[in-house]
Parts: sequence; C-alpha cells; structure tokens
Amino acid sequence: MKAFFNYISEIFRGFYSLLQGMGVTGKYLFTPWKYITQNYPENRDTLKMFDRFRGEVIMPHNENNEHKCTGCGICEINCPNGTIEVITKTIVTEDGKKKRVLDKHIYHLGMCTLCNLCVRACPSDAIVMGQKFEHAVFDRKNLTKVLNKPGSKLEANVKE
Amino acid sequence: MAFSIYDFTEFTKSIHEGLSSSLSPTMTTVVEWVIIGVLYILFVALFGLFLVYAERKVCAAIQQRVGPNRVGPWGFFQTIADFVKLLMKEIINPKGVDGFLYNVAPYIVIITVFIILSLIPFAPGLQAFDFDIGVFFVTAVSSIGVIGILLAGWSSNNKYSLIGGMRSGAQIISYELSIGLSIITMVIMSGTMQISGIINAQANGWFIFKGHIPAIIAFIVFIIASTAETNRGPFDLPEGESELTGGFHTEYSGIKFAFFFLAEYMNLFIVSAMATIIFLGGWMPLHFGEFNSFNAAMDVIPPIIWFFLKVCAIMLLIMWFKWTFPRLRVDQILTLEWKYLLPINLFNILLMTAVVLLGWHW
Repeated sequence: MKAFFNYISEIFRGFYSLLQGMGVTGKYLFTPWKYITQNYPENRDTLKMFDRFRGEVIMPHNENNEHKCTGCGICEINCPNGTIEVITKTIVTEDGKKKRVLDKHIYHLGMCTLCNLCVRACPSDAIVMGQKFEHAVFDRKNLTKVLNKPGSKLEANVKE
Repeated sequence: MAFSIYDFTEFTKSIHEGLSSSLSPTMTTVVEWVIIGVLYILFVALFGLFLVYAERKVCAAIQQRVGPNRVGPWGFFQTIADFVKLLMKEIINPKGVDGFLYNVAPYIVIITVFIILSLIPFAPGLQAFDFDIGVFFVTAVSSIGVIGILLAGWSSNNKYSLIGGMRSGAQIISYELSIGLSIITMVIMSGTMQISGIINAQANGWFIFKGHIPAIIAFIVFIIASTAETNRGPFDLPEGESELTGGFHTEYSGIKFAFFFLAEYMNLFIVSAMATIIFLGGWMPLHFGEFNSFNAAMDVIPPIIWFFLKVCAIMLLIMWFKWTFPRLRVDQILTLEWKYLLPINLFNILLMTAVVLLGWHW
C-alpha cells in the first residue's frame, strides 16, 4: 500500500518539478523582447561593455597630457609572459637633481593574457584595464603599443 | 459559386459539380486528385518551413537570444534560404549502402505524412477524405513512418544510424500504445471513430471540458506520448548528437535529408492537429452548452482560424517542452511508458467508461 502511495506521490512531485521548470522558461518565452545577446555590428556606437571587462591594458592621461607612471618597473616584474617592457631615461630637473622618469611603456597585446596582475601590482594606479575589444589588425607589429603618449609627463602629485 | 470562409462544403461541392459538368467522371477524379495533391505539397513545404522558423524563434526566446534576424525582416526568409541550400547540395550515396532501401526510406517517411494530412479537417468541408474509422486509420498509418526510420538506419551501413533507427523503433512502438489508448478513451466518450463525427459531437463544448477529469488525464498522456512519437526533445534519443552523431539520418544529405527534416516538423503539426481534433474540438469554436449569445460571439471567428490557433498553441507547448526538459536515457524512456503512462492510461479507460455509463459528463 505504501509503495502505491509512493508511486502516486512520485507522479505528482514529478509534474510539480516539471511545471516549475516550465515556469522559468515560460517567463523568458513570453517576454521575447528581453534578450541578453547583442545585435553587435549594428549597435557598435552604443555598445557598453560591463565594468569588469578586460579588453587591454591602457594608461590614462589627464587633460595636461600627464600620466601617473613613475617607471618603477613593478608591472614588468609581475607580468608572467613578459608582455610589458618599461624603458626609463634619466633627466636633470630644474634644481640640478638627476631623476629617473618613464621613457616608453611598451605593451605587447599579442602576448597578453589579460590576467590583471600588472594592474593590481601597480603602486600608483597608473595602468588600468580598458574596455576596447576590437583588436584585429592586419600586421602583428601593430599589436605592440606604447602606452604613454608622446611628450607626456608624470603628474605632479604622484609619490615616488 | 458560393464562397464562405465559415463553411467550405458548398465551395468544394461547386468545384466538383463544375468539373463533372465538363469532364468525364474518371477525368474529374484525376483532376481533383491533382488539385488536392498540389495543395497538400504546397501546404507541407510552406508550413514546414514556417515551423522550422517558429521553432528557432521559440528556442531563441527561451534562451534569451534573438534568433535568426539577418535574412529578410526578422529573419523570416532564413529557412527558405536553408531549404534552397539543401536542394543544391550533392546527394551522396555512401559506400556499402543498400541502394533501394536507402533511397526509398525518406519517401516512406514523407508519404506517411501526406496520408495522415489527408484526414485532417482544416475547416468544415476542407477535408480530403473522411470515413468511419478515421482516428483508427491515423494511428495505424502513423506507425508506417517508423518503418521508414528503421529502413534508413538499417540501409545506411553505419552503426550509429542503425542504433538510432533501433532506438527510434523501440520508442515509437512503445508510445504508439499510449497514443492509441488515450484515443480509445476519447472514442468511448464520443461513440464514433469518424473524425467529422468527433468534431460535431463537440458542438456544445470541447471534450476536454465535457469529459473533465478522465479527459484531462487522457490529454496529458496524449501530449507526452505524441512528443515521444515525433522523436522530439526531451525524447530525442534517435538523433542524440553527442552519442550517435545524427542518428538514423547521419548518412543522408541534400533533398533526402530535407525530407526527414520536413517530415519531423509535419509530424509535429499532425500530432498537434490530432490533439486539437480529439480534445479541443478541431475547427469548432469555443462553445459552452446553452450560452447562446456567447456561442454566437465565438462563431464570428472563422473555423479555419480557430483550428490553426489551437494547433499553434499545442505546437508551442511541445516546443516549450523541448527547450525546457532534460533528455531522458533510453531506459528512462521505456520506464516512463511501461511503468507510468500505460497503467495510468488503463485506469483512465476504466474511469472514462464509468463516467460515460453513469452519465457524469456534460
């Protein structure tokens, strides 16, 4: 008798769980105007990637063409694949002191795994992850980028 | 020529009389066959393509995607483009196939579809032929389709095709039983197996309302069994891509593959139409006993629209099943049939007999 009741209740529980599943998919089915895929090439202009997306390493510059990179090379040490090369130069400041500043921050996008270790290691938050994802180029050379803009300087308030 | 969207009986009769007045009786029959055949081929091609499109859109909506949207407005011509591609593809005869059986298998499958379609009434008067044992004939003919699938699996000289065909055979033969028994349940209630008789018996209420509990149980069993019968998900074992590549149609290409594909979708239409005819009154508008003003309001919508609305609702339900439920293993499929559906069905026949004998239905 108990087996019989189990049999019956199994049928009803089965139906209940199937209806629950149909409820979930039905919610999506009857709201077809809500979708999470993107009409990509058409909405290129308005497409906003989500905040945590890692497209490439960039170095933000402010309006006076100043960046925060001190040329310390911690990002270069932290990179597992040797993607980053920091080249520094020595300049003489107005008060006669010699000072080491950034010359070129070279970034090989083709070798980068977008692991974010350089960004986390940077002591002065000079580099961040950018949102651009259309990286296709016709020559491999174009994937090697210099992140600091020509003629850019270190921001005044960055501690060394 | 009296043409009315509400009743095609006069219209078809006037065509018949017009033809017989100018042609000999034999020629009249031949011309009518040709007209009906062309109409059905057009219907299968166009509606099959529409169903493939609808399936892809429903699937996309459930998975929160957009679906086909490149070819034509909302991707409407996508399936036509696909079909043209299939027509242009080379028909490959693999080495070692049983030539005759390999070539005849897709035709058996598609011919079955046409035979059953001829029994389906789209509107009053729009039925190719109607005879005493219509429902019985449909169940009998629909099991010919499995021969085509078995032959396709057997003759392909491919172990995956063979296993797929055998699984399909086991599944269809098992679930045929449930379909037959749930139809018998409703035949007990209607007292006739003639399709037009069944529909006319629902003039004062559909059977699913008139037969209440046993009719609803029979309806659920019928829907489950017919999903399995059409080899659709969650019962799509015969073509499990991960284990059988494509199942019985692995070795087919071009137009022969298109035949299997169209037959699958037309089978979806056929089981939905049968569910509509037996449980939801076919082309009969929604009527409730003696509420005459309500019935008259419902009669405004033409029967052909009622029929396609109901059929599309059931097809949507079956597509919804496919994209919601996880697939069953082969032993689970047979367990579901022999341990659950069959006993429930046998009990349900007893219940329906009692209800009919005691007059507890409306």
